[in-house]
Amino acid sequence: MNQQNANPYTLGEIEQGTPCCVPQPLLQVRDLAVSYGEKTVLSQVSLDIYKGCITALIGPSGCGKTSFLTTLNRLTDQQAHAQVSGQILFDGQDLLRDPIDTLRLRRRIGMIFQRPNPFPLSIWRNLELPLKEHGVQDRRVRAQKIEQALRDVGLWNEISDRLDSSALALSGGQQQRLCIARALVLEPEILLMDEPCSALDPISSGVVEELILRLRGRYTVIIVTHNLAQARRVANYAGFFWMTERVGKLIEFGQCRHLFESPGHELTAAYISGARG
Amino acid sequence: MADRLFAWLMLGCAVLVVASLLWVLSDVLIEGFAHFSWSFLITEPVDAGRSGGIGPILISTLWILLIALAAALPLGLGVAIWLSEFAPRNSRFAVHTGITLDILAGVPSIVYGLFGNAFFSIYLGMGFSLLSGGLTLACMILPIFVRTCESGLRAVSDDWRKGALALGMTRSSAIWHILLPAARPAIVAGMVLGIGRATAETAALLFTSGYVDRMPESLLDSGRALAVHIYDLSMNVTGGDGAAYASALVLVVLIISLNTLAQSLVDNWFKRRLVVS
Repeated sequence: MNQQNANPYTLGEIEQGTPCCVPQPLLQVRDLAVSYGEKTVLSQVSLDIYKGCITALIGPSGCGKTSFLTTLNRLTDQQAHAQVSGQILFDGQDLLRDPIDTLRLRRRIGMIFQRPNPFPLSIWRNLELPLKEHGVQDRRVRAQKIEQALRDVGLWNEISDRLDSSALALSGGQQQRLCIARALVLEPEILLMDEPCSALDPISSGVVEELILRLRGRYTVIIVTHNLAQARRVANYAGFFWMTERVGKLIEFGQCRHLFESPGHELTAAYISGARG
Repeated sequence: MADRLFAWLMLGCAVLVVASLLWVLSDVLIEGFAHFSWSFLITEPVDAGRSGGIGPILISTLWILLIALAAALPLGLGVAIWLSEFAPRNSRFAVHTGITLDILAGVPSIVYGLFGNAFFSIYLGMGFSLLSGGLTLACMILPIFVRTCESGLRAVSDDWRKGALALGMTRSSAIWHILLPAARPAIVAGMVLGIGRATAETAALLFTSGYVDRMPESLLDSGRALAVHIYDLSMNVTGGDGAAYASALVLVVLIISLNTLAQSLVDNWFKRRLVVS
């Protein structure tokens, strides 16, 4: 693709042998800008998301990381006065310009939120509802997919005896894993995770983190996190966002190890050493 | 010392309120039971209601109520959903709709009666009929029902809305499967308020459903509601006090049992789609 040349992070830079990753851009973001009304929250963001890899987005609060995530599944459409410009290439389509079936897009690009948000339904219905919504009519197929998703997140053995009880009765960590299962049951290609562990206690957080690591390779994950150690542990690629002149910008993007061990920008170095942020 | 005096004073207020309620209730119960018999419920009134029963009146009351609810509930729910889910925030039309509803909620019922008489009875040619009475009551209970449902829907966590959208669900199915069931307590409360007001209404029905105490043969027949019957017996019929008390007893029991029934119906309907621990 000719966009490849405009990419500041060319494939050549990426070391071979990075676990699980044959660097193949699945999403290409070019010159993305987001504003709400008069206020620009994010601008000049260009990066590639590689297939099967985990990409961590770090940086202080309020510098547009969540806004960035919500442009990818077009959740920004729902926000009044939100304007998005630039280019997001996914599967040969520009998500911002081409006619996109957003419902189908969101099936392919799932999202996990900071606060676990299982629906006030039974555990089973939480997973069944999205499947029905996307036209999976066969009961047995649904049952298979639901069991598989619950196994994938390691919940099946814990809760298979109370699938009919309320999802709200689960612990915070279990709720978050249920939400991940609810996204996985639709077999998405990409998972957007907006600080998925920050509302959890350390043990649950560890369990969810392990789960994210297990997803590597099968899914493409983009995770926003404030936990630098976590970003370092799970991610293949990392991007650092920072506010300059009240607008969020992507300061640096590259392999996670490079970014942490030999940051190319002084802001990145200051942030990851704890001197700023 | 001043504190204890204050506490006693407040206790006195509470006792006064409870006592007057008990007094009214026991008066109705004692006087009512003295004139009550099962045949009272099914026989026709004789001698302007001094003797006989309230059979046709009970039937008219139920019809009027049924018409009022059948018209007000779907319409009201629709308005509430539009206001809370679809109306652009701060849009002038939505704000004005809200203000209009608040003013309408405070309009005295006799004014609704005059309106119902002019619009339903005369302009639409329904005459003095159960239909025009029921529709007038629908107008009367709509504002409060809409406002209660709307505030219930607004109170539903935004996390669920976002979660549903991120799963590629349509807004309508998020409303149907998640938001409405979650707003159930408010919807029930709105119904109970509406049923209470409609069943006990007198003024609005005088000019619309009329006070013919025969058994109604169609919805376009005039029919006397229970509250109108009580009013007539105690104000216009000398020697009608006993029957008035018995009718009041029936009215109180009717309101309580309708509320219980409505609550359990709505609860059951929602329980199939919702599990809240």
